[in-house]
Amino acid sequence: MFYFEAFKIFFKIGAFTIGGGYAMVPLIEDEIVNKKKWIEQDDFLDLLAIAQSAPGILAVNIAIFVGYRLRGVKGSLVTSLGSILPSFLMILAIALFFATYKDNPYVEKVFKGIRPAVVALIAAPVFRMGKKAKLTWKTIWIPVVAALLIWLLGFSPIWIIVAAGVGGYLYGKWMKDDANGSSPNSSSKIGEVSQSDRGV
Amino acid sequence: MLSLIQAEVVTIHGWLTTQQFTDIVAISQMTPGPIGINSATYVGFTATGSVWGGFVATFAVCLPSFILMLTISKFFLKYQHHPLVESVFKGLRPAVIGLLAAAALLLMNEENFGNPTTDKYQFITSCLLFLVAFVATSRFKANPILMIIICGVIGLAVY
Repeated sequence: MFYFEAFKIFFKIGAFTIGGGYAMVPLIEDEIVNKKKWIEQDDFLDLLAIAQSAPGILAVNIAIFVGYRLRGVKGSLVTSLGSILPSFLMILAIALFFATYKDNPYVEKVFKGIRPAVVALIAAPVFRMGKKAKLTWKTIWIPVVAALLIWLLGFSPIWIIVAAGVGGYLYGKWMKDDANGSSPNSSSKIGEVSQSDRGV
Repeated sequence: MLSLIQAEVVTIHGWLTTQQFTDIVAISQMTPGPIGINSATYVGFTATGSVWGGFVATFAVCLPSFILMLTISKFFLKYQHHPLVESVFKGLRPAVIGLLAAAALLLMNEENFGNPTTDKYQFITSCLLFLVAFVATSRFKANPILMIIICGVIGLAVY
């Protein structure tokens, strides 16, 4: 039953992922994270980081990863099949029967309307996810700087991911070293440090 | 990815003409699915004249993702709860939110919103649609798929 449901949901998602892999994010967030609650937002963000870092088509990476997270290899087959099928069938239909699809004025109008909406759908979760991730005034510089570096300076997202991962690792190590204490007097601080600084 | 596809498909193998390639890029903006899948299916079908060709090409373009993702997944799930791995991902999560913001910012261009000087009508309409979709999904938790359909219908009506 699960497999059929997962296939149905990802078929729906695949049918409305327009304009690139990132358009899949709000759809998965709505259907899988918020509605079905099959994955937590934190897990989803982790999956996104890995899917973005690996080569290959982003949308396919995401679908495979989410599917694997849910039900292993079989799960990944079902989710990726679901998300790929709509575009596969549509392109074949266009190539076979609707050669003039792209010149159709009605199609043009519909997508002129859809395109800005897709941008909004990608932008909207940014604030919602930010709130859920409990970003504070101290930590909000991370997404802001990351976004600016990619948008204005053309940094590749991969560099940002690497830097953020290294940063997280170093921060975690620093916290651990602090807790363990490098001086004999710090043993009383162990409880304080590990409790107050949790949660980036 | 686009330049890779063009180099292989048009230049090296001549499976599509440059015009056909331009066409599929345009079509990809008007159909669901990423350009990678759309072009694979299209090239596979057009070059061989058979649906099977489309299938083989699409399967091939997805296979590396499968192999990589499954390999990484196995490692990831094994070491996910190791404290140092956890701290790496604690650092990644806010960055990924930044990545999403950047993706949205990069999409705010002429192609999606129209040219503000030569086509004011499209530009203003697009901005309005953006605001409507943004507010509806942020504050009123509207279904994103519904928003896409509604904005498509509006596009049909006002353009």
